[in-house]
Amino acid sequence: MELKMSKVKNIFDPHHLKAFYEKFGLPRLIISSFLLALFILAFIMKMDITILLSDSLARIGMNGLLVLAMLPTLVTGVGLNFGLPVGFVCGLVGGVISMEYDLTGFTGLFVAMLCAIPLAVITGYLYAALLDRVRGQEMMVGTYVGFAVVAGMCIFWLTAPFKNPSMIWAIGGKGLRVTLTLYEHYSRILNNFLSFKLFGVTIPTGLLLFFGFFCLLAHLFFRTRTGLAMVATGANPMYAKSSGIDTRTMRYTSVILSNVLAAIGALVYAQSYGFLQLYTAPLYMAFPAVAAALIGGASLKKATVGHIIIGTILFQTLLTIALPVTQTVLQGTDISEIARMIISNGMILYALTRNERG
Amino acid sequence: MADSKVAPKTSLQKPPVKQDNNQSSFDRILSELSVPLFFALLCFAGIVAAQLNPRFLINEIITRLARNLFLVLSLIIPVIAGLGLNFGIVIGAMSGQAALIIVTHLEIGGLPGFLLAALISVPFSIFLGWLTGLVLNRAKGREMVTGYILGFFANGVYQLVFLVLVGTLIPMNNPKMMLPSGIGLRNTMDLIAVNRALDRALFSSLKLGPFQIPWATFLVIAALCLFTSYFTKTKLGQQMRAVGQDMHIAEVSGINVNRTRLIAIIISTVLGAWGQLIYLQNLGTFNTYNSHEQVGMFSIAALLIGGASISKATIWNAIIGVLLFHTLFVVSPLAGQRILGIPQVGEYFRSFLAYGVIAVALALHAWQSKKQAQKQVDAQAEQLLED
Repeated sequence: MELKMSKVKNIFDPHHLKAFYEKFGLPRLIISSFLLALFILAFIMKMDITILLSDSLARIGMNGLLVLAMLPTLVTGVGLNFGLPVGFVCGLVGGVISMEYDLTGFTGLFVAMLCAIPLAVITGYLYAALLDRVRGQEMMVGTYVGFAVVAGMCIFWLTAPFKNPSMIWAIGGKGLRVTLTLYEHYSRILNNFLSFKLFGVTIPTGLLLFFGFFCLLAHLFFRTRTGLAMVATGANPMYAKSSGIDTRTMRYTSVILSNVLAAIGALVYAQSYGFLQLYTAPLYMAFPAVAAALIGGASLKKATVGHIIIGTILFQTLLTIALPVTQTVLQGTDISEIARMIISNGMILYALTRNERG
Repeated sequence: MADSKVAPKTSLQKPPVKQDNNQSSFDRILSELSVPLFFALLCFAGIVAAQLNPRFLINEIITRLARNLFLVLSLIIPVIAGLGLNFGIVIGAMSGQAALIIVTHLEIGGLPGFLLAALISVPFSIFLGWLTGLVLNRAKGREMVTGYILGFFANGVYQLVFLVLVGTLIPMNNPKMMLPSGIGLRNTMDLIAVNRALDRALFSSLKLGPFQIPWATFLVIAALCLFTSYFTKTKLGQQMRAVGQDMHIAEVSGINVNRTRLIAIIISTVLGAWGQLIYLQNLGTFNTYNSHEQVGMFSIAALLIGGASISKATIWNAIIGVLLFHTLFVVSPLAGQRILGIPQVGEYFRSFLAYGVIAVALALHAWQSKKQAQKQVDAQAEQLLED
């Protein structure tokens, strides 16, 4: 009993609090308290919290891989991968190919991934070669390369020789539709895999397992020789170079990995959403992912799998419950889009303007 | 810059290097002109393919020059001060719109309304420009990406103010402008009162052949051109140039770098606000929540197409850029329609070009400055070896 008391005292010790605050960081503190306030509001307004939680879990799994795609480039010091749409579009191409042959279920999803991965490796290599030549401006160049790729792909979607009538415009018969429904193919297949209800909360087991599996892979990967070499490249490039690490290869590898993760993430996103969104839909995909990684505590110099998971959970839960809660409280005014904009961009700004040494 | 400093020394020692240098300067001129030339060719091909009526095209281009040139010109000063392309111009556009909303609410029309809006936008844009400058000073070397994100962030705040706070915290009662719920402004705003107020302020009946010319707008644009070229010759302008070339050397020689950069951004933001006012009075209507979003990107793409780079931009770059970019803008959907039978192809091609041009320009600049730094290191190493 006495021991317990002293422990409790310890936690509220000012030194401990300060250390905790420094480790947790101001932005995460603000976001967590905001999230807590929203939950309390939801409770006061007698909203169905189980639905909010179910939706949040689905959203976490849906976006998790896209956030994880930020990890490799952050670790090697290439920076935030604003060129996420490059990989995302590869995923969409894979999805469209699998649809063209009317593949359904897990076959459909995995064939889509198999088609997408080689594409993502090739485009990732080209993208990495470009980023390597523009060191120091990777983020800005990445943003606009991503935009240009999305805009260029719009022309591809319009003119590509796909024949499946469920995908092309009904009138004119030329070009793919803006959104392709996956209802008859592999809509929510990961979400529904082994899913069950716990106290009324739907747990999308397959989806979370898939995300968890990739997080575990990433975690293990950064324990391997190559992974450690990547960490060294990001932490201190000169030192890494002098100890015999080929830093350029490490950076290339990280960009390719990020691109592949983005491609797989795009398909996970699409199956959870139930639609493949083509044309300009992937344009701003990078920003929520970037913001989530930063909210989790990742910085331009340091990032871990833990940061990614925490960031995804915080940010996606916030986005999911902000809409219904504020709508109930403010009677119809939708503040969630505004909150998303301010929080995600504020977070990116915070990371960009923080003076980091070392 | 560093290149030319190194060049004479080595050329005295080794003639072959000089020749190489000559060639590279020729290359540089060619590469400077190559972008506008390429786009001129593209425009020409588009015009031929679209089989446009030249009268329609010229009319369109005159309108678009008057509409957009001021905004594009407002980008020049930050480039000189070494801040790169000011993506934060969106923030200036927002302050212009805020002023316009106030004027519309007060129901002051015509030229007085327009001038009042220009006046009201000044304190907003100075304050916001100052904030932008403070943020950008904390992100040296990443100004563009920071300014870009700052634009998105400001957009969130803008929406918060005009969609949520107006009617709740900010008392306002104007059913014509507000949503039926009494909270927030409508999505589109009719600017009948200030519609073409500046365009028609002077000699509105004086036509040049068959074309209607917005004389007053062009006069204002000419004044801005004069101001910009005068400004670069003042002491402050020279200081900006020095800061743009090398921040450390400027700091050592006694220039307050942060203050100079702040002023450059503030000027650009104020000009951006006025530019947006000119843009909107020409259109006569605006989307309360979208009109400013694309302003930064289109202006920057136009400037780059005119042959500017991240470290160098002139008035002529702006003029040629607007001319070419907007010709392409008019022509490409029609060309897409004629060639492929799908008008959307041209539209997507247009946005592909805008994004692509910015990406290529940024990449080329980063690539070149990296190469130059490498060259400098090599030259220094050579010198060391010779000594």
